[in-house]
Amino acid sequence: MNIDNKRRALLKGTMAAGVAGVAAGAGLLTPRLVLAAWPKSAFEAKSVDAAMKALTGMASLTGSSEIQIKAPPIAENGAVVGVTVSANIPGAESISILVEKNASPLTSVWHLGANTEPFIGTRIKVSKTSSVIAVVKAGNKLYSAGREVKVTIGGCGG
Amino acid sequence: MAKTIKARAQVKGGVCVVKALISHPMETGLRKDKKTGKVIPAHFIEEVVVEHNGAKVLTADWGPAISKNPYMNFKFRGASKGDTLKISWRDNKGQSDSLETRIK
Repeated sequence: MNIDNKRRALLKGTMAAGVAGVAAGAGLLTPRLVLAAWPKSAFEAKSVDAAMKALTGMASLTGSSEIQIKAPPIAENGAVVGVTVSANIPGAESISILVEKNASPLTSVWHLGANTEPFIGTRIKVSKTSSVIAVVKAGNKLYSAGREVKVTIGGCGG
Repeated sequence: MAKTIKARAQVKGGVCVVKALISHPMETGLRKDKKTGKVIPAHFIEEVVVEHNGAKVLTADWGPAISKNPYMNFKFRGASKGDTLKISWRDNKGQSDSLETRIK
């Protein structure tokens, strides 16, 4: 499924390159770093399941004790919540980090290179007390774990 | 133009640990300017690419829920001291920046 997506993206990119040449010349296109398009529908999805379905075509999440999420139990400032996800799952290809009660739960998707450890640390916005959920894609399965973060001041500027 | 990325990459026991900080407002598009009452438009990094000796080590799709002045920490194998690590980002307005740094 991954290979097909890559081929599709590559072919799309190659075709687009011709058009892109003209459009870029006319200043209409902004350059991208990678061929695959930014997954807009996943980032705009209003639930964890909808986001993962938009991202991977799969919605079924299997709970896994092999994913560790480190996050503060209480965040004074929801705008900056440090989160670390580490997974002991062979063949892990990507880690997605979602905040269940954010208006749009998906915060980020991290695609791991072949030699990259399934470990990501970052800082995210948590709008109100919620579970922070990590989804690890390995082969055709989605594994997930969650950890509750209580928030005293909301994270999106409210 | 000022560089927006600071990074440290160190090899310890065969694993290169990278910590990077990017200066960026990561505006969600949900905030209002308190003085004018107008919505501050969304302005956030959409993609990040990290390359080691030309091969992609990590690519990330970000949304506006990544905190302002984004921080990232990750680890990968196969790097040696003296290798080059390149970190690049591009945001929803088409702005971008990149940094090449030496792995210590």
